[in-house]
Amino acid sequence: MGSSVAANLASEANDITLVDTKTELLDDLRDRLDIQTVTGHASSPRVLENAGIEDADMLIAVTNSDETNMVACQIAHTLFHTPTKIARVRSASYLQHRELFNNNAVPVDVLISPEQIISSYVHRLIEYPGALQVLDFADGKVQLVGVKAYYGGPLVGHEISTLREHMPGIDARVAAIYRRGKGVVPRGDRVIEADDEVFFIAARKDIRAVMSELRKQESPFKRIMLAGGGNIGMRLAQALEGRYQVKLLERSKSRAQFLSRELDSAIVLLGDSADRDLLLEENIDQMDVFCSLTNDDEANILSAMLAKKLGARKVMSLINRPAYVDLMESQESIDVAISPQQVTIGALLTHVRRGDVVAVHALRRGAAEAIEAIAHGDSKTSKVVGRRIDEVELPEGAAIGALVRGDEVLMAHHDLVIKTEDHLILFLLDKKKIHEVEKLFQVGVTFI
Amino acid sequence: MHFAVIQRLIGLLLMLFSTTLLPPIVIDILYQEDAGRAFYYSFMLLFAVGLLLFFPVRKQRGDLRLRDGFMVVVLFWLVLGIAGALPLMLYESLAISFSDAVFESISGLTTTGATVLSGLDALPHSVLFYRQELQWLGGMGIIVLAVAVMPMLGIGGMQLYRAETPGPVKDNKLTPRIAETAKALWYLYLGLTLACFVGYWLAGMSAFDAIGHSFSTVSIGGFSTHDASLGYFDNPWVEFVAILFMFLGGINFALHFAAMRHFNLINYLRDSEFKMYATVLLVISVVSVSYLYINSVVPEFGQAIRQGVFHAVSIATTSGFTLSEFSLWPVFVPVMLLFASFVGGCAGSTGGGMKVIRVLLLIKQGQREMMRLIHPSAQVVVKLGRQPVSDRVINAVWGFFAAYVAVFVFMMLLLMLTGNDQITAFSAVAATINNLGPGLGDVSANYASLGVFDKWVLCFSMLLGRLEVFTLLVLFMPAFWRK
Repeated sequence: MGSSVAANLASEANDITLVDTKTELLDDLRDRLDIQTVTGHASSPRVLENAGIEDADMLIAVTNSDETNMVACQIAHTLFHTPTKIARVRSASYLQHRELFNNNAVPVDVLISPEQIISSYVHRLIEYPGALQVLDFADGKVQLVGVKAYYGGPLVGHEISTLREHMPGIDARVAAIYRRGKGVVPRGDRVIEADDEVFFIAARKDIRAVMSELRKQESPFKRIMLAGGGNIGMRLAQALEGRYQVKLLERSKSRAQFLSRELDSAIVLLGDSADRDLLLEENIDQMDVFCSLTNDDEANILSAMLAKKLGARKVMSLINRPAYVDLMESQESIDVAISPQQVTIGALLTHVRRGDVVAVHALRRGAAEAIEAIAHGDSKTSKVVGRRIDEVELPEGAAIGALVRGDEVLMAHHDLVIKTEDHLILFLLDKKKIHEVEKLFQVGVTFI
Repeated sequence: MHFAVIQRLIGLLLMLFSTTLLPPIVIDILYQEDAGRAFYYSFMLLFAVGLLLFFPVRKQRGDLRLRDGFMVVVLFWLVLGIAGALPLMLYESLAISFSDAVFESISGLTTTGATVLSGLDALPHSVLFYRQELQWLGGMGIIVLAVAVMPMLGIGGMQLYRAETPGPVKDNKLTPRIAETAKALWYLYLGLTLACFVGYWLAGMSAFDAIGHSFSTVSIGGFSTHDASLGYFDNPWVEFVAILFMFLGGINFALHFAAMRHFNLINYLRDSEFKMYATVLLVISVVSVSYLYINSVVPEFGQAIRQGVFHAVSIATTSGFTLSEFSLWPVFVPVMLLFASFVGGCAGSTGGGMKVIRVLLLIKQGQREMMRLIHPSAQVVVKLGRQPVSDRVINAVWGFFAAYVAVFVFMMLLLMLTGNDQITAFSAVAATINNLGPGLGDVSANYASLGVFDKWVLCFSMLLGRLEVFTLLVLFMPAFWRK
């Protein structure tokens, strides 16, 4: 985890020191990335000092051990007064007690729990049958959903601008359209065709209604099979078992026994997710969702493909390697490929980028970005505050989709005036323009 | 086996028990009746025997081993059964045999409530009080009492507590110290008894009857001071108080303890055993009332409710109070209630039977087996509430169930061997092993008509039920006696 964070941050011109106990790993990383490395235990004050924590603006503790991460934050706080401390904490028993994490107890400013992030990502996908991607903005008040348009959807074959006539009272905005693998600028006069992948943004409560405009309303999911009972599988099963019929496949006997003790109504099955007979015996053909969540990309892909072949309605797979993600999404054999790194890094970077840009999510296939940015300052120091939306000088291919003001969700109409502290959600077809957007939201140097 | 330590303990416990003969003496003096001498002689004799056992080994203070615990408990219940029979035998006007006296005494101490006596209303108050008192002592367990009041005497230890308290999981103490746990249990017990007494008294019983019945209600015993049992009073309020306190007595005292400590009733509702206990009682009450009313066994609806609910609670919690000759009803309801008594009270309560939690675990284990048939590769865990139950406990419960059924069948056959009919044999063994009391057929009113051999079999059955089979049966294992 640390290495991918480092890679992402280093490319954004931050100075990074990576601490790990494994020298070989560090050597390899130092060759590839422009970072400093220190070998040693991450919670040891001496090691941290060697790594130059005294000058650091931020400590990101993402080792496998919750305790090490928390102690490292504690040490950084007490001995070195590090301003911002981010820790990866996975154990639910710590996460339940948020009051633990303040400067008087365990000084952690931001908690990152990759398993939680990924499982809630998958959970959102399961909540909206038919969705290819669901992204949260402004704490989930606004969601961005990608769906494939089908014949039979009321809006299919019509211009985007008719959306409002179809659904009076519901405010939604089409953010991006992919047609045959290529991005199409979603102007109002574009006609939505069948098989388009349409990304739209709306308030959380309106998502379902909009989806039903683009495709026949799918019956909600009921039966879900998860393959792989690691931390992600377990969390997801716990989150789902109350509302869905969940079956969880796990290969290791002791882990399966542990899971069966932890889970209430989910059925824990001991066996291999690529075991055809087992899948058939457990009615894979009746499953609404099959989700492979092990650490092994190949196993995930193959078992998901097998499940699809055996009749599962929708299959999802966790895929770590970016190359595989693209490969799988362009094939029809797996419905949704989830890249855990992309999901987690997005969430982590949200916290690393202080101030202006709070979230950058790559849309499916990576060609477009969804950005959540906060407008600071006033009409003098900021290039956005105090202006109407159509007055903001956006780079080519960028559009403002929605605006969150306090608890209110506003769709971006051209005459809306941006106020300070508004959260703006923007889309960018061309990734390279992201710095221009970031610049747009930077306020004058005097304003911190 | 530390025989010297065991002997010392038995001596101590016997001396402790002998003091429980003092209240009947006082009552006899108050009512100026003729039974006081029997109690007085018994007291002297038991105290002397206790002292004789205790004195030579008074300095033996070795720790009790696990096996010694079983030995002490079983031995003590046997000794106590016989010692408790002493006053009944010494009271000449009663004129009962040794077997009858022992049967009555064990029936009292095990909170069974089966009696060989009739014409209760004519007996001296002291004898009646004594019977009620035996039940009260047996309810929470006299050894638990000893653990509570005599920590300084070196009677302590989980071994005794574990061997006497009912339920499949015997290691949960309410407080860190065993003596404190025992004390807490007895305080609760005392408090419930007091509340029950007040309830009965307000409902219109005489003070004597109220005390006596509160003893046998909270202990889920079932002895009464009248031949007609609670039917004697024919008072809906008395029945209400009885139902309430039988219900409370059948609940795990750990739950009462938690409720008292936190001033919160939510613990009851969170407990799966309690939920099942309440559900079972509710269901059989409704079934009884409906059956009685629809089939015009009790044609008046109000009466049907009184009779149906009271008997359902009384029999299912294994108390054994009656309002009428319920054994004469059409056979469905009495037999259903007898089967309900196998479920009995909750673990850690004063009720008998197999305990609700065991039945609950048996059901869950059955479900698990079916689940395994449907999903052969599924890992299924039996859970109570949200807590997984270890396979060790479930195996123990199955073992318990098997042993329970086996000894039940064995004793039922023994009773049939001596010429009893099937209903009598079945209900007598069920009523004694579940510590229930009244049976059906020949034993519906009392057990006087049975033969001597039958009575001893049933004494054994009552002890088996009270000590939860294994504590007693373990003594018959050769391995127990091997060094």
